[in-house]
Amino acid sequence: MDIYLPIAEISENVFVLLALGAGVGFLSGLFGVGGGFLTTPLLIFIGIPPAVAVATGANQTLAASVSGTIAHFRRGNVDFKMGGILVAGGIVGSVFGIWLFGLLRKLGQLELAISFAYVLLLGSLGPLMIIESWRAMRRQGATGLPQRKLHQHTWLHGLPLKMRFPKSRLYVSALLPLGLGCIVGVLSAIMGVGGGFIMVPAMIYLIGMPTLVVIGTSLFQIIFVTANVTFLQATQNQTVDVLLALILLVGAVIGAEFGTRFSARLRGEQLRALLGVIILAVGLKIFVDLFLPPFDLYSLAFAP
Amino acid sequence: MMGLRRLVFGLFALLAIVQPGPARAQALVADLSDHFIAITTGFIGTDVLLFGAIEGDGDVIVVLRGPTGKELVRRKSRVAGIFVNDKDMAFVNVPTFYSVSSNRPLAEILSTNVRMRHEIGFDTLRFTPERAAGAADLPLADTFRQALIRNKQNAELYVEDPGKVVFLGARLFRTRVYFPSNLPTGSYTADVYLVRDGAVISAQSTPLVVSKVGFGAEVYDFAYQWPMAYGALAVLLALFAGWIAALVFRRT
Repeated sequence: MDIYLPIAEISENVFVLLALGAGVGFLSGLFGVGGGFLTTPLLIFIGIPPAVAVATGANQTLAASVSGTIAHFRRGNVDFKMGGILVAGGIVGSVFGIWLFGLLRKLGQLELAISFAYVLLLGSLGPLMIIESWRAMRRQGATGLPQRKLHQHTWLHGLPLKMRFPKSRLYVSALLPLGLGCIVGVLSAIMGVGGGFIMVPAMIYLIGMPTLVVIGTSLFQIIFVTANVTFLQATQNQTVDVLLALILLVGAVIGAEFGTRFSARLRGEQLRALLGVIILAVGLKIFVDLFLPPFDLYSLAFAP
Repeated sequence: MMGLRRLVFGLFALLAIVQPGPARAQALVADLSDHFIAITTGFIGTDVLLFGAIEGDGDVIVVLRGPTGKELVRRKSRVAGIFVNDKDMAFVNVPTFYSVSSNRPLAEILSTNVRMRHEIGFDTLRFTPERAAGAADLPLADTFRQALIRNKQNAELYVEDPGKVVFLGARLFRTRVYFPSNLPTGSYTADVYLVRDGAVISAQSTPLVVSKVGFGAEVYDFAYQWPMAYGALAVLLALFAGWIAALVFRRT
């Protein structure tokens, strides 16, 4: 059954879209990730214009992040002070990102930039996850993890504008979360992702936040930044397809439910290795596509 | 004086073409099975039937033209192994949709000059580069022009189909025009030409409107006319849908 997507201006099979949403939702339920970094490339693979895929990806990530945020908020796992600074950085970054998005689109280099960004991110994230989980699997059997300090102090913590974050038990420079939020905001605008896959490791290893509040605080930031990206994409580029986002969400909600149930049967390291392989495969596909001669060297483009 | 006489003669010749004498009245009648194409949420493309009758013998050419607009053509080149957009050219007055069908190949029916006059056939389309090309750029402009037509053909928006017009007996004819799902909206015209001895002896123009209707149309109009409200609504809708989803699958 085909459905005409009003903003993408093409017809797609509604079951393909539901399956795509369900597949990504299953993975996000399985691994506890947002999945925006898979939604956007998959939408492009099935023929959605990249500009619409990115903007709609952000809109769908917003919807998908709500339930997680509610859950973490109830358990009190959100550091609002840290989150607020991450949001401030994220707003600045996403405003810049949307401007860059419009500029690249006008220059005809948007699709290339999106591909490059995905190759870089997926290409480094995938192998990292595989290596990390491989090491964890080998560590099994050996005695428990070595005792670590609360967090490592690096030169980053010595930057000016130091601030206390009682919830995270930290005294670090506010520039750290501000800069991180900003980078994630740019990625959100250009790639249509929430950016949790970057923010979470950075919060743990760079800022040194306790793992307990990391997920809730990053989701808190993602809600505000993807909302801002959705609004700016809609007002400046008219690329948010709400119908597409809703269909994806329906699939994602159902898929996530099954993913969560299934995850109980698998070990964490195996799960991470599997996700690493999937991420690497998508990254490789985008990388190879850059080198393949297109169907026609000439193409009709969006005329500003 | 010579110039004036030629002009007067030319005007008479033109009148003879567009206003056939009373003896030839109703040499051609034609109509469409639909004058309105609605792009609904379930739109997957549609066929429109064009049918008519001619008086006496002759060939029939049917041209469907969409509204004209600006099109941007980009060219990719290989840079360090990667295909990158490196040159573009904008054209104006480009028909968004253009379909020609006839009962015989166009070249057998009409000379290039006559086809040029009526814009019948891809090679006669009068769209031009937005910035006038210098003499040195003409071959490049032509390559981009060909690429535009080729891309439109691949999108099924430009079609040339000799043999698609079928005669039922000596007088009745019909043809089927396919409109794909990526159809641009606007006012179209269906022009039917009756050709005899290498000249267009009668022509008829019928309008056709392509418009988005229903839910999809409302979403589209809303997004473009009130982008702020649409953006805010998209945010609220996502928050609400996410909240509903969390309620439905509430975890303990």
